[in-house]
Amino acid sequence: MPGGGDRHSLWFWLAIGVATLWLATTSVHRIGPQERGIVTALGSFSRTLTPGIGLTLPAPLERVKVIDVEEIRTIDIGATGEGEKLMLTGDQNIIDLAYSVRWNIRSPEMYAFEIAEPEKTIGEVAESAMRAVVATVSLDDALGAGRTMIEQQVRERMQDILDRYNSGIRVQGIAIKQADPPAAVNDAFKEVSAAQQTAQTYRNEAQAYAQQLSAKAEGEAAAFDKVYAQYKLAPEVTRRRMYYETMEQILSGLDKTIIEAKGVTPYLPLPEVSRRAAQVPSVSSTQGAGQ
Amino acid sequence: MNGFPLRNGVVIAVVATVLLILMGSTFAVVPETRQAVIVRFGEPVRIINPYQPGEKFGQTGAGLHIRMPFTDQIVWIDKRIQSVEMDRQQVLSTDQLRLQVDAFARYRITDPLRMYIAAGSEERVSEALRPILGSSLRNELGKRQFAALLSPERGAVMDNIRISLNRVARQYGAQIIDVRIKRADLPDGTPLQSAFERMRTAREQQALTIRAQGAKQAQLIRADADAKAAEIYATSFGKDPAFYDFYRAMQAYNVTFGSNARGQTNVILSPDNDFLREFKGR
Repeated sequence: MPGGGDRHSLWFWLAIGVATLWLATTSVHRIGPQERGIVTALGSFSRTLTPGIGLTLPAPLERVKVIDVEEIRTIDIGATGEGEKLMLTGDQNIIDLAYSVRWNIRSPEMYAFEIAEPEKTIGEVAESAMRAVVATVSLDDALGAGRTMIEQQVRERMQDILDRYNSGIRVQGIAIKQADPPAAVNDAFKEVSAAQQTAQTYRNEAQAYAQQLSAKAEGEAAAFDKVYAQYKLAPEVTRRRMYYETMEQILSGLDKTIIEAKGVTPYLPLPEVSRRAAQVPSVSSTQGAGQ
Repeated sequence: MNGFPLRNGVVIAVVATVLLILMGSTFAVVPETRQAVIVRFGEPVRIINPYQPGEKFGQTGAGLHIRMPFTDQIVWIDKRIQSVEMDRQQVLSTDQLRLQVDAFARYRITDPLRMYIAAGSEERVSEALRPILGSSLRNELGKRQFAALLSPERGAVMDNIRISLNRVARQYGAQIIDVRIKRADLPDGTPLQSAFERMRTAREQQALTIRAQGAKQAQLIRADADAKAAEIYATSFGKDPAFYDFYRAMQAYNVTFGSNARGQTNVILSPDNDFLREFKGR
């Protein structure tokens, strides 16, 4: 039976081929540097494959589940655009928080076998921990200075809870992306920062006044001191000189009337004088008379 | 010769199928994540891979197990930690404040046999736990003041709830690992609006205070500046008050009557004036 023999060997080689393919795909596993392979032998955990090429018995005797342990995964909670995530703070105010949780897998075995829905669990634990921590701080802290502290505390609290579940999860960090007052009261909060600006403006104006005044005082005092130093050297002369100079300067530009008669009350109808002055724009004639 | 291999093939196929079915119903692969109760004619006879605290993976009951074909049925029960979420509850605190609470409990079925007898399936366990979680939460929170829910005391509240829920859960072969409040919010409507109103007025008051403080500080700065200027003047001018009087008078005359002064000034001088002393030509 040459034909039968051919067919036989064809089937034979086909079977060998399928079996080899089967072996190759189910018993040789390439585990990347960031991965671990959980090997279960008929359901029972056998070993963990480390990065490299891992050999196992072919399926269904041994199965491998590859888990990426290094990848940092992120869960966003209260992401912007899906409405407000309002929380009560310790002083019974309300804050709108959005944050994200970064996590990776510390123990692939625990991660694979201990928790039914890891992602959902992390989300719930994060929310619970965040609310618990925010409930201990004041609104102002949560809005500003206390953020780092909150992130830190939430991380610790989450890790604590997840460790108690033997989840094999490591919480890398919490990032508060947004911490705002609720939209309904936002205007009042803006009013506060406006008031801070106004108050700063008041202070700045006062500072400017103070500096101006101080400079003026110092300048005048310094000028006086300088003049006084000269005056001390020759008091009488300096005094007279200053007097004449000042008078000269003043009187040279003014209308002057000198009344010489003794015993005459120096009374003048002043309105008359001012009218005359108004009518005559040029004062040179009177000046000339004065001289 | 033509029919023989065909018949042969059919026989082999039938035998193989029967063998496969037989093997499938005899051998059971129990994974690490599941517990199994073997039920024979409705009566549980064996538990495979039950949860034991502190067990190591690989040394548990997971693996290949043999059962009586066709008569033994397997009831699978999850071995992992599961979650039951409570419907949102309105809780009234002792100081008559309403709060909307979302909570969840995590549990694990630790006694599969009891669970199978008492509940039958896993869904029924969580269905049984859910209302009890709700009611024990309401009871426990209803005994507290609103502020206590926002304080570290919350931990103690949660422990009480966990203990009372655990008592019930044990009847279903489950163990409560923890109970946590996911959200505790003021309900929409009046409570939320009045909280917003309180926040708003508090901020408005803060804004007013900040402005007033700013004005006050500004005033203090000005007053300090005035005082300092006065001091500078006094130190300098105080050295010779008489000369200051003269010096300042000269300046004042200059400003008042000088070329930059506003208004028309006419001066009437008497020859007795000191300025005109030399005018007479002594």
